[in-house]
Amino acid sequence: MDIKRISRTLANTVFIGFCFLVTFIALAALAAILWSLIGQGFKGIDLNVFTKDTPAPGSTGGLRNAILGSLMLCGFAMLGAAVVGVLAGTWLSEYGKESPYARVVRFMNDVLLSAPSILVGLFVYELMVRPLHGFSGFAGAVALALIAAPVVTRATEDVLNLQPTALREAGIALGAPRWVTIRKVIWRSAGGGLLTGLMLAFARISGETAPLLFTALNNQFFNWNMTKPMSNLPVVIFNYALTPYDDWRRLAWVGALLITVAVLAVNTLVRAISSEGDK
Amino acid sequence: MTDAVSDLSRAIPKGTSLDTPFRLLCGAAATLLLVALGGVLVSLAIGGWPAFHKFGFAFFTTSHWNPVTDVYGAAGPIVGTIVSAILALAMSLPVAFGVAVFLTEFCPPILRKPIGVAVELLAGVPSIVYGMWGLFVFAPFFAEKVQIPLMSAAPPGSIWETLTSGIPNGSGVLSASIILAIMILPYMAAMFRVLFHNTPPPLRESAYALGATPLEVVMSVTLPHVRRSAVGAVMLGLGRALGETMAVTFIIGNAHGFPKSLFDSGSTIASTIANEFAEATSDMHTSALVALGFVLFLITFSVLAIARALLGSAKEV
Repeated sequence: MDIKRISRTLANTVFIGFCFLVTFIALAALAAILWSLIGQGFKGIDLNVFTKDTPAPGSTGGLRNAILGSLMLCGFAMLGAAVVGVLAGTWLSEYGKESPYARVVRFMNDVLLSAPSILVGLFVYELMVRPLHGFSGFAGAVALALIAAPVVTRATEDVLNLQPTALREAGIALGAPRWVTIRKVIWRSAGGGLLTGLMLAFARISGETAPLLFTALNNQFFNWNMTKPMSNLPVVIFNYALTPYDDWRRLAWVGALLITVAVLAVNTLVRAISSEGDK
Repeated sequence: MTDAVSDLSRAIPKGTSLDTPFRLLCGAAATLLLVALGGVLVSLAIGGWPAFHKFGFAFFTTSHWNPVTDVYGAAGPIVGTIVSAILALAMSLPVAFGVAVFLTEFCPPILRKPIGVAVELLAGVPSIVYGMWGLFVFAPFFAEKVQIPLMSAAPPGSIWETLTSGIPNGSGVLSASIILAIMILPYMAAMFRVLFHNTPPPLRESAYALGATPLEVVMSVTLPHVRRSAVGAVMLGLGRALGETMAVTFIIGNAHGFPKSLFDSGSTIASTIANEFAEATSDMHTSALVALGFVLFLITFSVLAIARALLGSAKEV
């Protein structure tokens, strides 16, 4: 046993200990967060949450208007993001490929993918809210769509690149025009992958708060009108958590639990679908 | 002969005329994404121009932010953004690295998948949840168990006293950095794990066969192999910490000056915008906030551009 060997073993043991320790700390911290979220969230959940609107402090109420608002904002946003994202991803994979312009688009899309969401909110404020003199559900949906579209684009390009070239050649050989081949052969064979991309984008935007603060704003009332300010879960959570009222804080925890459960459920579903595809 | 020609012309498939419009439509969608990114930059520049024009360079160098007198100096939030993001990264990086090494080298196979999946799922939890947890659970704990003992233990007149001065209410720059670190941790750990996982097994196995310890394998084989992408992943984490709004706004304390200590209240660009934008009354106030957004855009754009260039085609999780 020479000194060198002992010091190597020692360094290695310390390193292994470090890896175990930090993994334990990390999992403990994340478990603590989920634990308080589940504890506080379930404590406050009841039927009123789904049947009543956001209350004045001291009176009973729920999150009905915020849940509806969130669903509508995300729904409209996904409509826009799906069209733009799938078409843009198709262009990158089928037409642009490695051309200089496609490289630029791909690079900028990747930057947009992780750009701070609050800046997208500011952009939509300058684009829609200020010129039209008012906050609206549509402005919120546009902001969310701008955050979702890069996710869809990236996922679409990745999944289309996985489709075998033989499929494209088969379509052309049958005499189908290129765009029909893309639509009826490539998109169809990539269907599951396209769907997962859309679901990931949905999970990404359903918890976004910052871009909604000054686009959709908030609304105390039950509202289907997308041209008016619109209530939504993230902004309600933000506003209610920062108040001293216990019943508002309780609703904030419930809202946070609802969003987290939705996001985790969608992500788990995505995993299930894609591992199904692997088999 | 004429028959053959007409056969050929009939052979041109139906709908071919729509080929070009479809290609243009797809190209337009791709261009729209470019326009969106350009639009963010241009709109922030235009909206922030009145503030840049009025305060000039002082906007970046003074920390006097006063909506009542309509005087805005943004040094406080700018410094706060950079300091909190770098502190968060410094705390998160070793832990994320350790978790990724644990998962690829030491984890019992039966736990590998569940822990890996858990880490990836947690990367998707909305940031507002981290912010709320920071405000309601972490801050009281931190004030009682960390801030007060540290403050009373700090010898008077030392650097420690300066660093730990402030009100021990649980919020402040360090608290915000810790919450940010917890938030970017699953994200970075998941990216590192993918990078380590993609290192060709023969490389690692041959190092082990030469008698290298796991520490030596990680340090002299795995890390050098993924060096470039790993730096990219770190920059991506930094970009996330710089632009994060919700996890920070709840807990940083929202004071506009320079933070004087680790426990002092501060602000970041994103938290200032989130707090004040909807309530800004004067045009100059709005413009100053948009100008702050422009600064944040430039900072994050550079960081993200470097990250993407380094990551190359490595796939993000």
